[in-house]
This record gives sequence, structure tokens and C-alpha cells, in this order.
Amino acid sequence: MPDQPKAVALISGGLDSMLAARVVMDQGVHVEGINFFTGFCVEGHTHAIRNRARARPKRNNALWVAEQLGIKLHIIDIIEEYKDVVINPKHGYGANLNPCLDCKCFMVRKAHEWMQKKGFDFIVTGEVVGQRPKSQRASTFPVIERESGAEDVLLRPLCARHRPATLPERMGWVDRESLPDFTGRSRKPQIALAKQLGFTEWSQPAGGCCFLTDASYSQKLSDLWTHRGSKNYELDDIMLLKVGRHIRPSDRFKLIVSRDEGEGRYLEGYRRRFDHLVMRSHPGPLTLIEGEADPDDVELAARIAARYGQGRNAERVEFDFVPKAGEPRGVSVRPLPVSEVDPAWLL
Amino acid sequence: MPETIEVDARHLLCPMPVIRCQAAAEDQPPGTRVVVLCTDPGALNDIPAWSRVHGHRVVETREEGDLITVVVEIQESAA
Repeated sequence: MPDQPKAVALISGGLDSMLAARVVMDQGVHVEGINFFTGFCVEGHTHAIRNRARARPKRNNALWVAEQLGIKLHIIDIIEEYKDVVINPKHGYGANLNPCLDCKCFMVRKAHEWMQKKGFDFIVTGEVVGQRPKSQRASTFPVIERESGAEDVLLRPLCARHRPATLPERMGWVDRESLPDFTGRSRKPQIALAKQLGFTEWSQPAGGCCFLTDASYSQKLSDLWTHRGSKNYELDDIMLLKVGRHIRPSDRFKLIVSRDEGEGRYLEGYRRRFDHLVMRSHPGPLTLIEGEADPDDVELAARIAARYGQGRNAERVEFDFVPKAGEPRGVSVRPLPVSEVDPAWLL
Repeated sequence: MPETIEVDARHLLCPMPVIRCQAAAEDQPPGTRVVVLCTDPGALNDIPAWSRVHGHRVVETREEGDLITVVVEIQESAA
């Protein structure tokens, strides 16, 4: 038996993983946290993009949880490797483009690799059997154990008593009988345990911590794949899907229109990579044009973009159209009336 | 003389500046300073939070226009 057993806990920033880590720490186990950045994570960057003035206090929830627990947190960039999970999920998607079961297998596998490299003894997750319809079911737990390669060094302390004993339980590193016995979708037992342990605050993101569970985001990603002709993406692609209004009036191009100054500043960083429209006659948003827009397309793009500036009711709105290559030119348009906007354009 | 490592995380959004800082700090001896240049204001919270949980010390944060500089000193206890 190691002097003090060591566990790596997957920390999402939510309540369950916080509790799972804590109940194992309370049994004398040395715990360090691991958090994976896929590019689809909801927090952090998205908070930073929108206007500072309107933003809530920004924090990385996983780091915040680590501070509450008093543990180290290792944040791992898995953006490149994660593409295969999103593009080719062996177990398919959930309600949207969320490959939850493949994702869990992948993350536990990465945690297992980390555990072996760092000389830790087992892995802790906040999974609760029956909690989630896609990935947290009695039938999926063995799949995660097998496909991650973690097998019986994967301990789910919140529901371990409903599962076969794992290595840390059999070795006596963790007392199985002292663990919680949660099952099902109710959050009440977790909240009661949190209060019992003295936690007064925790993060409970409504749609989870991943944009892929979001219907609107998934629609935009699906549109991107359709119009690229392949299921591929780069980090910039998936970041831009989180920013601005996305409007596709044509198979040839779509517009990304900033919704506030914060988004405008963020989109500024992409000006050299996109044709774009800068509104000159009135205060208004920056508009990126993704795709190949001919002169008629540019005029339609400008008429749409004009709807989102202070000249939406003006006779004419003036823009600079700035192509990726070539000289900027002026474009003067009549803003598109709402009656001519096809709702299907709005992604 | 402790080494100073500069990390250019400009135009990266959180948590990437933290990840770059973490990579630069890994296995560095105490006293090493990691100077992180970034533009995402989220880094003003995240890098100090990361430093606290690892026992490192933030010795300076600066904002000059859109440029944010966070200087982290690696500590013995965190090795």
C-alpha cells in the first residue's frame, strides 16, 4: 500500500466532481485535479468576449473548485485530440452534437495516462449512475471503464456502493461503506451533502459545461460542416461559433455580426482572415463574411448588416467593404426591411 | 540568477493563457519567473487562481492598454 494513496480527480467545475474529490480527500487520500479544455467549454473565453460592463465576475469554475478544495489543478489542452471524438463518435451523439459517452471515455483515458505518468494510484469522477441519460447509466459505466483502459482504478465515489468494488476499495485505500450512495437524476442528495460539508456556493450550469449540448451551437456547427463539405474544424472555427449573430442568406457565404463592443473587439482579431464590412455612416457592428461573396452578395450582406446598426431606419447606410486581398471599396445600401429577412437565415 | 521565461499568450482566450503558463512553469526551479503576456482580461483572475492552487506567487500584474502582463514566481513548496 502506498504511504498515502494518490488520486487524480476529473474536475469540471460543477458540484458533483467537487463532492467526489472531497469525500475521497476526507478519507486521507492525496487528491489533485485535472481539467480538460476541449475548445467547446462554456466558461472562461465566452465570459471574456462579451462586454466587460455587462459580464458577471469572471472565473474559471474548475480553478475555483480547486481553491475551495485546497488541491492542485492541472488544466490540459486536448483541442487537437478531441476533434476525433466530436467528428467520429463511436457511440453517436446525444440530443445535439454532444458525444457524451465518447467524451467521457476519452477524458478518463487521458486521466488514466496522466495517472500512470505521474505515479498516482486511481481516478475519481463525479459520475452518478442514472444521473444523465446518455453517459451516466448503469449500462454505460462498464463501457467507460473498458474503453478508457482505466478498468477498476476508476472510482465514482458518489455512487460506488451501487457498483462492484474497485481497486482503491478492495485495497482499503477508500472505505466503501463511508461513501455516499447516490443514484438517479435528483440533485437533492448532492445539495444536502454540499451543505453538510460546509460548501455554500457551487456552479450549476444549466446545459452542462459544453457548448455541444446547446441546440443553437450545434446547429451552427452542423451548418459549418455542411457548407465546408466535410466534418472538420479548427479552434478558430469553433470559437467563432460562440460569438455574434450567424446569418446565412446563401450557400456561398454567411455573416458573423458582433452583438456588442466586446464581441466587436474579438472579431477585430479576424479582420485579416475574412472579407468584412465596417459601417461608416452610423454606429454599428463589425461584420465578417465567411465564404466567397460576389458583388451582389456583398450588397446583400451590407443590407443585412445595416439592420444591426443605428442606421437601420435610415435611407442609406455606408460601409467600407474590406476584402481579404485587394483594396477596400465603399458600399452604400438601403437597409433590408424586416419583411425581406428570411427567418431561416438566422442560425 | 533565476531564469525568466516569457510566454506570449496574446489573442488567446482563457483558459489558454493559463495552460501556456502552466506548461512554461512545469519542472522549473524555485525563483524562476514566468512572464505571461495576454489580452484576455479573464487571465487577471485565472492565472492568479492557478498560481494559488499550485503554491506559486504572482509578483506583478500590469495592464497597459489591451496588453495584460502577469508575472508568476515559481515557489519551492509547489515543486
